[in-house]
Amino acid sequence: MSILVYLRRLFVTIKEEIIILPTKVITILFILFLLVLPVILPDSYLMRVLILAAIFAMLTASWDFLSGFAGQLNFGHALFFGVGAYSSALFNLLLKIPPAGSIPLSGLVAVLAGLIIGFPCLRLKGIYLALTTIAFPIILTGVVNALPGITGGELGLSGLDKLTGSRIGDYYIVTLLMLGSCTVMYKLTQSNVGIIFHAIREDEVSLKVSGINTTKYKLLAFCLSGLFAGIAGGVYAHFMRIAGPSTLSVSTSFTIIIYAVFGGVCTIYGSVAAVYILFPLMEVFQLLPQFRTLFFAAIVLIILLYMPSGFIQWIIDKIEKTCSRCGHKNHALRKICRFCERPFKYY
Amino acid sequence: MVVDIIISTLINGSIYSILAIGFSLVFGVARIINIAHTAFYMLAAFCIYAGTNSFGLHPVLAMGAAIIFVTILGLASYKLIIEKIRVHPAATIIATIALAMIFQEIMILNFGAEFLSVPVLVEGFTVVFGVKITYQQVFTFIFMVILLISVWFLLMKTKLGLAIRATAQDRETANLMGMNESMIALVTIGISVGFAGFAGAIVIPLTVIHPHMWLSPLIIMMAVVVLGGLGSIKGSIIGAFIMGLTEAIIVFLLPMGSFLKGSVALTILIIVLIIKPEGLFGVSIEGE
Repeated sequence: MSILVYLRRLFVTIKEEIIILPTKVITILFILFLLVLPVILPDSYLMRVLILAAIFAMLTASWDFLSGFAGQLNFGHALFFGVGAYSSALFNLLLKIPPAGSIPLSGLVAVLAGLIIGFPCLRLKGIYLALTTIAFPIILTGVVNALPGITGGELGLSGLDKLTGSRIGDYYIVTLLMLGSCTVMYKLTQSNVGIIFHAIREDEVSLKVSGINTTKYKLLAFCLSGLFAGIAGGVYAHFMRIAGPSTLSVSTSFTIIIYAVFGGVCTIYGSVAAVYILFPLMEVFQLLPQFRTLFFAAIVLIILLYMPSGFIQWIIDKIEKTCSRCGHKNHALRKICRFCERPFKYY
Repeated sequence: MVVDIIISTLINGSIYSILAIGFSLVFGVARIINIAHTAFYMLAAFCIYAGTNSFGLHPVLAMGAAIIFVTILGLASYKLIIEKIRVHPAATIIATIALAMIFQEIMILNFGAEFLSVPVLVEGFTVVFGVKITYQQVFTFIFMVILLISVWFLLMKTKLGLAIRATAQDRETANLMGMNESMIALVTIGISVGFAGFAGAIVIPLTVIHPHMWLSPLIIMMAVVVLGGLGSIKGSIIGAFIMGLTEAIIVFLLPMGSFLKGSVALTILIIVLIIKPEGLFGVSIEGE
């Protein structure tokens, strides 16, 4: 009996809340597409592209969580990624821990890294913070290169265990991990914690005056962002079976930021969508490898000039309208708001 | 050893200070974090290479052409791109990153990702305390000092310098006092990019040219600027020499030093920032 009630409630939710809004429909179709794709098109190369896209989507979303929401502009996000990759490689190679153990452990190590860089960064603001965070991955790169006995130097650590035996298994694990972690981040940003993050970005002093311990929340942002980025790094190391200095490079940090800006900062879904659009597009441009980065940078400039809130946000604004009276969302073709029936044409 | 360290400090320190002053001026006046600053330095180097190799120009002529070309390019990219999104600091940073990447890619397309070099301007060397000093090094250092003095003169003794300093201190008040803020921003960017081009032109015979050569000075330059305090000219110069000295000491004294030089320099930066978050000579810009 109760199952029927739940089913009925589910049905009503789908009918009243999801079918009506194009963004929700697109999101659900996208998730279904990701889950069904290997069954209908089990192409090894395509799957590799999508696995890497999932890893970078997770990484970009974690950057957005820290820099977009909490406003702690981090220009060295590759630090967490590299720490995750190297620590899972070391756990796997030295302590012989299988991927199921080494990836969560690498996430914890990245949390530690988040705490370590979070503490000095608490005192810094805005542009000083941005310029200082660039320094951390470079410091670590220097250390990695100076200790070739442990870290493999410029070649990196190779010969890690495979994630699972098969490509499809890898695909499902990485995709589900990405969907799960992005959902967690999205839900966090929609909760009260998310409101505090918004407030830290907009006006930290007022928040302190309101009696909220901003230090705690800033460290929380660093740690959570580090956790997800570290897991992404661990998965990357096990998938590529190598952890090299390229995971720590400045261009990795910059690429993440470019993805996030393309999708729209301060929206977790924007980052994910941006990576799933840009990453396969870059693979198409593999045919002309010399034009890849040029094309990439040019896209970003165009986006910044003509769609300052990001490409994904721009599309959402085109297909959805927000009612100015009750704040509910409607699809763009509606003449009146579906809740308070206020007409849209007057403004 | 000691002489080696001193020479290396003087040359690197003066290059970093020229770059850092330009970067810091643009930040002070226009509130733009110009990541592409050292990309202009790289472009100047490539211009000289192209000028001497492809067009057969005299090196000095090529240097002049490179500086003018880079300045015009800097002004054009400011007018066409940066000025429209100046109000959003994060967008500006990302746009300049994209610009730097575009420049780098165009250079790779044109010249390939190989190491290139240009002939020195002044031949010959002298030996001081058993250490070989080329005349090119002496020449570079002297030119850098001349450049530093002229920057100081421009900023401290001319009306334009007064306007630049006033705008850097308080944009709105300077505007109210009748200074054309957007014009001053444009002029400052021209000066800053011109200096970056000049530094590239002067220093290039001592190093190799390749399309990624903008990254490592960029990092050190940012560290210098943060260390000295954003917007402070004195801080930039002192910070640059501190960074230059640390790098030289690390490279000459530690094993694997060349790998660690960036790390140690940046660690010093972080330690200073923990003790003094606004840098050595920084002015607090919290009021904005």
